[in-house]
Amino acid sequence: MTEAKKQIRVAFVGNPNCGKTTLFNAVTGSRLKVANWPGVTVEKKEGYAEYEDCSLTIVDTPGIYSLTCYTIEEKVTRQCVMDDAVDVIVNVVDASSLERNLYLTLQLLELGKPVILALNMMDIVEERGMEIDLHRLPEMLGGIPVVPVSAARRTGLGILLHAVVHHFEEGATGNVLTYGEEIEHKIARLEVMMQARFPNHACIRWHAIKLLEQDEDVMNDHPMSVMDIVEKSYEKEIIRQKYAYLETVVAEVLFHKEKKAAFTDRIDSVLTHPVWGVPIFLLIMCFVFFMTFMVGDFLKGGFESALGFLSGEATRGLVFAGCAPWLISLIVDGIIAGVGGILTFIPNIVILFLALAILEDSGYMSRVAYVMDTMMGRAGLSGKAFLPMVLGFGCSVPAIMATRALETERDRRKTMLITPFMSCSARLPVYVLFSDMFFPKYPHLAAFSMYAIGMAVAILVALAMRGWEKGRAGSGDCLLIELPEYKRPNGRTIGIYVWTKLKDYLEKAGTTIFIASIIIWFVLNFGIHGMVENPADSFGAVLGRGLLPVLAPAGLDMWQIAVALISGISAKEVVVSSFAVLFGVVNANSEAGMAAIMNHIHMQNPDFGPVNAYALMVFCLLYVPCAATIGTVKKESGSWKFTVQMVLFQLFLAWLGAVLVYQAGSLLFPTG
Amino acid sequence: MTLYDGMAGVTYQVAGVFVEEAVTRRLQALGINDGTPVRILNRKKKGAMIIQVRGTRLALGRHISSCIEVKEQETGENAL
Repeated sequence: MTEAKKQIRVAFVGNPNCGKTTLFNAVTGSRLKVANWPGVTVEKKEGYAEYEDCSLTIVDTPGIYSLTCYTIEEKVTRQCVMDDAVDVIVNVVDASSLERNLYLTLQLLELGKPVILALNMMDIVEERGMEIDLHRLPEMLGGIPVVPVSAARRTGLGILLHAVVHHFEEGATGNVLTYGEEIEHKIARLEVMMQARFPNHACIRWHAIKLLEQDEDVMNDHPMSVMDIVEKSYEKEIIRQKYAYLETVVAEVLFHKEKKAAFTDRIDSVLTHPVWGVPIFLLIMCFVFFMTFMVGDFLKGGFESALGFLSGEATRGLVFAGCAPWLISLIVDGIIAGVGGILTFIPNIVILFLALAILEDSGYMSRVAYVMDTMMGRAGLSGKAFLPMVLGFGCSVPAIMATRALETERDRRKTMLITPFMSCSARLPVYVLFSDMFFPKYPHLAAFSMYAIGMAVAILVALAMRGWEKGRAGSGDCLLIELPEYKRPNGRTIGIYVWTKLKDYLEKAGTTIFIASIIIWFVLNFGIHGMVENPADSFGAVLGRGLLPVLAPAGLDMWQIAVALISGISAKEVVVSSFAVLFGVVNANSEAGMAAIMNHIHMQNPDFGPVNAYALMVFCLLYVPCAATIGTVKKESGSWKFTVQMVLFQLFLAWLGAVLVYQAGSLLFPTG
Repeated sequence: MTLYDGMAGVTYQVAGVFVEEAVTRRLQALGINDGTPVRILNRKKKGAMIIQVRGTRLALGRHISSCIEVKEQETGENAL
């Protein structure tokens, strides 16, 4: 008994939003993002678990309703499941929506691989006063193991793994659903043909059924002349018979189903109200940003004093150790100023992501798609396109990946183009800094207005594109999304969400911003003649001055701003870091730091006032997203042409916006 | 009549789905087939609606709902 551990490859498959990822996290100890709206997972992920003498490799897949291949998620999942390396399928099922979920189960059973049913959300079933006959259900599904689990409360996990290991040894169960005589006859004929042509093929019956449904991928992979058998697509009839069978299953195993989920309906009557739905959504977002700025500001004091202390101690230590002045300058003025300044925004970032996590986990996100559908429809998009946009308030990278849930490539590109206008958390430090400096009376209003402008620009751009592409079919009014039950947000889920985002932020501070700060320090302290005393002679100044003619109409005619904006492409927070490094301020996000920056700015340009600052904020809002976002757009669109066009368009729009703000502002509020 | 003409709070029975192929297949996978009972939970005057079908809630855009032919259900049975 000393042989190596048995390796079993398990795939978690199920409908969108049925709790696959929560279960995956619970089983493997991973920390993948979970939320309560369909389409959170867009790529397959792997994790590991041990049970008895077996090592399990577990694959989490994007949620699907059916094993066809019309959407990206379906293709990813189908390929993963069809892959012979998957030994066991764990079909995660939302027990509160049994009938619809079991439709996928019937298809999975046809694959001829061992399937285990993990009945999730049994607590909701009980709350609703329903009961599921756990003896009859497996009987009607060909005797497969049915394991009630609660992914959120982490119960039933041991039994599930036990079932996986033992069912793996037993192998697949037989055929569950027999179609009508005509179809069965055709399946039998196709199976004979398949056997002859592809003798080593697994899941012959499934392939035969897919040929009957005229599934494109299967037909292409199996070029056989089956025209005489498959004279038309039997897909509709096969679906009908599956659902007809499920109706009998549900009638036999589900009891007391007349009790409705009154709780969700009552909340929905307010939140999805035909008139009040949109204002309520906007109010919720207002509240989110209000909390982000107010509470975040309230908490940042501690970070400030810590940073001031660190900077002072570092300088003293370095001087004491006899370091060269340039090294002290690099560490204190470059790294601590650049990276440290960014860290003081942690409270704001945490609050923002906490709020987004609660919104996502409560079940409200899908409702946003419904509520915003009318407005998005005018822009030729479905309300679903608004989900990536809301995610964009957190970070544009996952937001752009979330566009995968959209049906057409055209919609995806359009949404990718406008999503960066939704102000991400990285731009928050810029707003906080400049609104505190130039709008001391209404800092929160000034910062909040950026979010409103961003949303307005996104919708206006979509509307303009709609006008431009008139005549071509749009997919406005084509909304199709499942609305989950509302639930109390799960502390663990929220914790994982916020921690992951915070970790990303810290990693970014430690990598991108760290490196960017060093580079900025270098270009500002070195010129063609080596290290320079006056930054005005540095490489940075030369580069920045080159851009002045372009930036002048926007009231941004300072070479320092040009440098900050260019470096901000690496990550938007770097705009703030650059100001700190440029003006040698240790903590830009403190009263002393702000005063110092103001001082420096006024020394350069005494007329630089609120209007200029507002133009700068608008520019930061609209211009090229960070390098990571550009990379994601390239990856997701698969087109350099589109990516470059997007970048140029956003640059132009930012410039135009800033010019408009500055010119109009100068007329309305003349300085002096 | 089409589902789009329906009223909130009423259960209808699907009589036919006439949308683009890809959407039809999606709707079929979600269990919206001929004869399926569909209940309108909530709707905007001119726009999307929320329906309940086979125990789940779906939001449907106007284009889709106006391509689903329905008839009124005779009895209150099966109204989930």
